Amino acid sequence: MDRPVISAKNVWKVFGRDPKGYLKTMPDGRSFEDIRADGYIAGVRDVSVDVARGEMLVIMGLSGSGKSTLVRCFSRLHEITSGTIEVDGEVIGDLSEKELIDLRRSKMGMVFQSFGLLPHRTVLDNIAFPLEMRGQDRHTRRARALEVIKLVGLEGREDYFPRELSGGQQQRVGIARSLAIEPDIWFLDEPFSALDPLIRRDMQDEFLRLQGILGKTIVFITHDFDEALRLADRIAIMKDGAVEQCDTPDQIVMNPATEYVARFIEDVDRARVIHAGALARAGQLGEGAPVDSRATVKQLAHQLVNDQRAIIPVTENGKAIGAMSRQDALDILLKVG
Amino acid sequence: MADLTTNSASSVVLMTRIKAGYGLIVFAIGLTLLQYAGALPTWLHRLPDAAVPPFADWLNAIFNFVKDDLGLLTLTRFLTEGLEVLLDTTANLLFGKRRWPNLGPIPWSAIAATAAVVGYYLGGWRIAALAGGTFVWTALIGQWDIAMQTMSVLVVAAPLAFAIGLGLGILAWKSPGFDAVLRPILSVLQTLPFFTYLLPAVIFFKVGPTAGAVATIVYAIPPMILMTTLGLQKVSPEIVEAGKMSGCTRWQMLRHVYIPAARTEILVGVNQVIMLCLAMVVLTAFIGMPGLGAKLLAMMGSFKIGRSFEIGVTIVLLAVTLDRMSKAWVVKLPEHFERGTSFWVRHRFLLLALAAFVGFTLIAQVVPILSEVGRKQSWSQGKEIDNLIKGFLAIEAVQAVTGSIRYVLNIWVLNPFREFLLSIPMPAFVMLIAGAAVLIAGRREAWLAAAFFGLVALTGWWDRSIITLYSVLSAVFIAILLGVPIGVIAARKEKRAKAVLLVCDTAQTFPSFIYLIPAIMLFGITATSVVMSILIFSMVPLVRYTIEGLRNVPAEMTEAAEMSGATRMQKLVNVQLPLALPTMAVGFNQAIMFAFFMVIIAAFIGTQDLGQELQRTLAGTDLGKNFVLGICVTLMALTFDMVIMKWAEEKKRRLGLG
Repeated sequence: MDRPVISAKNVWKVFGRDPKGYLKTMPDGRSFEDIRADGYIAGVRDVSVDVARGEMLVIMGLSGSGKSTLVRCFSRLHEITSGTIEVDGEVIGDLSEKELIDLRRSKMGMVFQSFGLLPHRTVLDNIAFPLEMRGQDRHTRRARALEVIKLVGLEGREDYFPRELSGGQQQRVGIARSLAIEPDIWFLDEPFSALDPLIRRDMQDEFLRLQGILGKTIVFITHDFDEALRLADRIAIMKDGAVEQCDTPDQIVMNPATEYVARFIEDVDRARVIHAGALARAGQLGEGAPVDSRATVKQLAHQLVNDQRAIIPVTENGKAIGAMSRQDALDILLKVG
Repeated sequence: MADLTTNSASSVVLMTRIKAGYGLIVFAIGLTLLQYAGALPTWLHRLPDAAVPPFADWLNAIFNFVKDDLGLLTLTRFLTEGLEVLLDTTANLLFGKRRWPNLGPIPWSAIAATAAVVGYYLGGWRIAALAGGTFVWTALIGQWDIAMQTMSVLVVAAPLAFAIGLGLGILAWKSPGFDAVLRPILSVLQTLPFFTYLLPAVIFFKVGPTAGAVATIVYAIPPMILMTTLGLQKVSPEIVEAGKMSGCTRWQMLRHVYIPAARTEILVGVNQVIMLCLAMVVLTAFIGMPGLGAKLLAMMGSFKIGRSFEIGVTIVLLAVTLDRMSKAWVVKLPEHFERGTSFWVRHRFLLLALAAFVGFTLIAQVVPILSEVGRKQSWSQGKEIDNLIKGFLAIEAVQAVTGSIRYVLNIWVLNPFREFLLSIPMPAFVMLIAGAAVLIAGRREAWLAAAFFGLVALTGWWDRSIITLYSVLSAVFIAILLGVPIGVIAARKEKRAKAVLLVCDTAQTFPSFIYLIPAIMLFGITATSVVMSILIFSMVPLVRYTIEGLRNVPAEMTEAAEMSGATRMQKLVNVQLPLALPTMAVGFNQAIMFAFFMVIIAAFIGTQDLGQELQRTLAGTDLGKNFVLGICVTLMALTFDMVIMKWAEEKKRRLGLG
């Protein structure tokens, strides 16, 4: 329907002495290792990916897989070596410095792994920082900052300095700052990796709550596969700078595209990931009470075991979209095949 | 396979390096033996005068061209006027020089009280007591006016040095090209003897406070530049990216992101600027700058040890106060106030300082002693201390000890060593240095070392350079004999180590001039005093880095040694010292740099080295000669710096100590 908010085509980012020159003369099909042997590091290798409006794309990969580099290409914190990236239909590589600054001031927000807070500014001043940079007056700045502070639940901490806050609170400040300008596009670079596991879980819930309210277009980076499964509309799995597979969690778990992806999902409890909707085959109808497409196999476990029907209808928002085979679902539940 | 070949290739390089090094040294020994046998032609022993190029004349020609033809003098005279206005203002406020704004002098009690409040704000009651106490002491001992003469230059020079250093530091950080040009200049500036700062300052900026201020500023800039660049480079990439994503323009990035995030390093730079300014302002006594330094110089010259001692205490107190206050500022973090805190509480320190200042100024109008301590009222005990020290020195045992130290040092160590160094033919000496450099550091360093010492020979000041080097080497050698064991013993216990480190830290803040006092006190105006003052001064970094090196040895390694059943001595020799050596080398290097600095000051006692010649040039206008002499010192110092630091880095890398 809409054109994608972010559209990357054949994006390369190579680090080294003369990346552009190297890439021009590089023969096709050079692997990450080949390129390294040539004295260059391929941060991003020939990546093409689109992000639709309101979608949450999670980029997943181990450290050094190029996921952070890729997101920095999207926001042009890195200049790409070749390919094009369009944001809202504009090629960001062609923007002047002033246009780029305007774009960031009006459309983009970013959250960092180690928070990236300015140590000499209070919570309020940190959050109001992007507003201050675009020249808003003190009063509106303050009003807006207080609004976001409330949104992330930091009331009463406005005058604290970052070092006086816990890690979770600091990241709330980071999130609030990235939301202050009401961006359309929200980049999150491993926002919860530096936090303790329990707090991480809370923050993920908090994040889902915020996204429920705000409905932004999101590019979320993580090295934690469970986190990716939990949050994503679609997941892009990266290795050595290239995207191995980019699909919905259900599809990745059911049909891993490569060996590498398959190894990743080995230990995943597929019943928790796969939804009825993904199992539903269009054209089949089935009989009796339908199940909701957003329910996971795990959630339906009880019913699947007790139900007698071979084929169970699936509905999305009350509309029939097809039916799933009970046996397929049971196989997933019992980890067969 | 590839690894194997590079490995054997590097070992081949190492072998040729060792061969080249020993070859050079053997050849040098051969030359020296020939000289002893009387078989060496004189032109191989010392460069004949005819072969010495007139560097000084050439330099003078260049200086004159820049000064007069390019109009630099007009520019500097113009700057002098601006500087003079600033200096006159502070002079008027601090000690009542009759100049605009004609308000001063500020009563000493007001300054002392304000300093105490600022001290309290920065670091609690300890620093408050230190700051207040320093100024009270200065006033009561009757040195207020000379101390304020020194301060009046300091308060102008330090902020200017800070601003210029910050600006240049930012430029160097922004532009790698500028940085590449600046770095070698900075390392030369940092090893240039201070006499070489003084003469140009006098010629271009008029004798007196202005020249003093300029020399001080130039002297204090390099560390500010380095700290600024370092701080800006260290700003975490995420903070930078956060700034960019917040839509900062370049200027906003610098102003709101980089500089505040580099606050700590920049403030450390401020601390260094203040300390170097104080050290230099005291030394500007040599170009007739009035103040604490001039008084100290005069008192020491006439062997009035009591008064020298009192002035020394004042200088030390001022140094410690300024150091502690600026260091407290480095670690001082902003605090937040709860909502609804009143204006009075938020600004209580500012208000308190204002109240103290105004209050004491007013009270001083009624109670004159709080405004000025007269000559007769001061508590100076110069004469008494003099007698005390003279009495102490007259004790036979003391005399026997100092006398025998002097005798042993002079007759058995210093004089023979000096004669030996002077007896080595110049080419053999250069070869020895190059040979040592190739063995210790590498080929590149050896070529540079040979070039540097070769240049020294070409200037025609070879003998004086060697005498300078001899003082440095002998003092540092004795300093190692004393300092390393002290460090080793101190490092053994946590508490002791901390205490000794504190002493070292404090001693390092003293202006170098101070170190002459105890040396002169014990050994009078003799060659032994020269070595002694260098010795004390250069022992500080040696002890310090020995302790730090030993204490930074990773705990697992000493634990592993202990579990292997090593005795304390075995542990020290086999584990701790080898791992601490790179750090100790840094201390050794600093000791040599300090020694080169001190040996020049010791010219004041009467030496026969470069320092003496340098001091003589101060009376004239021979910029060329002054510069040539300064460069000789710099070239020798840089050689040591380069070789030792390269060795330490290499060693650190190989030990994997990053």
